[in-house]
Amino acid sequence: MTINEKQDEIISEFEFLEDWLDKYQQIIDKSQSGEKMPEEEKVPENLIEGCQSKVWVTAQYKDGLVYYHGESNTDIAGGIVVMLVEILSGHTPEEILDSELYFIDRIGLKEHLSPTRSNGMLAMIKQMRLYAMALKAKENEK
Amino acid sequence: MGLDVNSIRKDFPILEKKIYGKQLVYLDNAATTQKPSCVVEKICEGYYNCNANIHRGVHFLSQHATEAHEAARENVRAFINAPSNKEIIFTRGTTEAINLVASSFGDSQCEEGDEIIVSQMEHHSNIVPWQLLRSRKGIVLKVIPFDENGELQLEKLDSLITNRTKLISVTHVSNTLATINPVKEIIKKAHEHNIPVLVDGAQSIPHLKVEVQDLDADFFVFSGHKVYGPTGIGVLYGKEKWLELIPPYQGGGEMIQKVTFEKTTFNELPFKFEAGTPDYIGSTALSTALDYVTALGMDNIAQHESELLEYAREQMAKIEGMRFIGNASHRGGLVSFLVGDIHPYDMGSILDKLGIAVRTGHHCAEPVMQAFGIEGTVRASFALYNTKEEIDILVAGIERARKMFHH
Repeated sequence: MTINEKQDEIISEFEFLEDWLDKYQQIIDKSQSGEKMPEEEKVPENLIEGCQSKVWVTAQYKDGLVYYHGESNTDIAGGIVVMLVEILSGHTPEEILDSELYFIDRIGLKEHLSPTRSNGMLAMIKQMRLYAMALKAKENEK
Repeated sequence: MGLDVNSIRKDFPILEKKIYGKQLVYLDNAATTQKPSCVVEKICEGYYNCNANIHRGVHFLSQHATEAHEAARENVRAFINAPSNKEIIFTRGTTEAINLVASSFGDSQCEEGDEIIVSQMEHHSNIVPWQLLRSRKGIVLKVIPFDENGELQLEKLDSLITNRTKLISVTHVSNTLATINPVKEIIKKAHEHNIPVLVDGAQSIPHLKVEVQDLDADFFVFSGHKVYGPTGIGVLYGKEKWLELIPPYQGGGEMIQKVTFEKTTFNELPFKFEAGTPDYIGSTALSTALDYVTALGMDNIAQHESELLEYAREQMAKIEGMRFIGNASHRGGLVSFLVGDIHPYDMGSILDKLGIAVRTGHHCAEPVMQAFGIEGTVRASFALYNTKEEIDILVAGIERARKMFHH
């Protein structure tokens, strides 16, 4: 699936949830059912700065594609990082850097998150893009 | 006589507000209280009718504003039963008042190796100013620990006091654990060693009747905005002998007697500590807030908030996984809690969507969190306008959140 197809799928999951508590429920469930990171990866080096909650993200490069892992100590930030990982994992650095994450506006995340959480989400996206950029640069060096 | 909360609520228009289409339930009063109309009107009236820079003005408006500001000082004095108006210094709030003492008292009275004692449950505002003094003067900061219930271990105070102890600075009521500390007892013990005591009254002033002479406190500090007054105005009460002894905090207008380029002599108390144009609008509005709570009766307010607290704890205790942080025998009107392993931010976010305003996090008291090995708590704090119905909404909200997080 392309990045946009994955975004569309997430949008469709949220589309019919009118009450914001139901949307939160969906986010919480994503966090709780998401793949857990190994404890040894939850280290300060992998912490995203700018989040009030603790959010850890790592990235691996395999056969030209970037694979992310992410987790948080809170379920709401956790659900958001799980969605971002789902959408961006398994793509080339170029695809990740060129992507436009429209699902955030479409499911109303930006307007419904508190400013601190919203800033945290932007920090996650920024870090994930930085990883893609760094991995691409490293690949070019070879 | 109890409080007529239904009629009191009409004095606070903001309580009618809808949040995400739901009725606001405001339970973040330990952070700041809402303002009754009379306080807001007093601010407007001040700017519309009585605005002129105070003191030294010969014209009518200036004199009128000066009288209002000084009448406010007298009202604050009466509210905390201080002996003299000279002992009431207006500051920007509790934080500035503590910084003033840490600076003026600390710099003039402390030498390297001297000791200041605080408690383990202090707000950062009563820790950091002393750490700054430590960097300036090389003082030693000592800490009275609390036990698992959040009670200060006063038996340890004796061993902390030495002949180098210069001041004890403790909170009256913990903003996180709700503990009401036996400050009178602490002051008595300190005075046996001729050590002065500063009491941080930020959380006690809205909840308890405070009498500084009865406490025999050397310094007592509080913020106006926590007792239904405006933000940006607070009070430092200090015994005259200390305020006379210590030098001014900031320099500028108002606080001087005579200035030449060779030498400046300082004004008398209380003006010596009030550099620059005072917040005379804030002081008069704070005075109105104090009149408001006095008319309701501090004892009635204390009783109402205690009833709310006990009701809240009773109802909340029924929630599966509920854990109270702070179980002292004497408590102010707030409750800090966690449910299962639900993160406080997550709990706070769900409650927010239900229109319930609580505070989450470390409440500017990180050492308290470290003592319990937690990152933060959810805190609900009550004021004179809160009701049992609102607590029922809170309890239902927590229960709903608990289910959402599958606990």
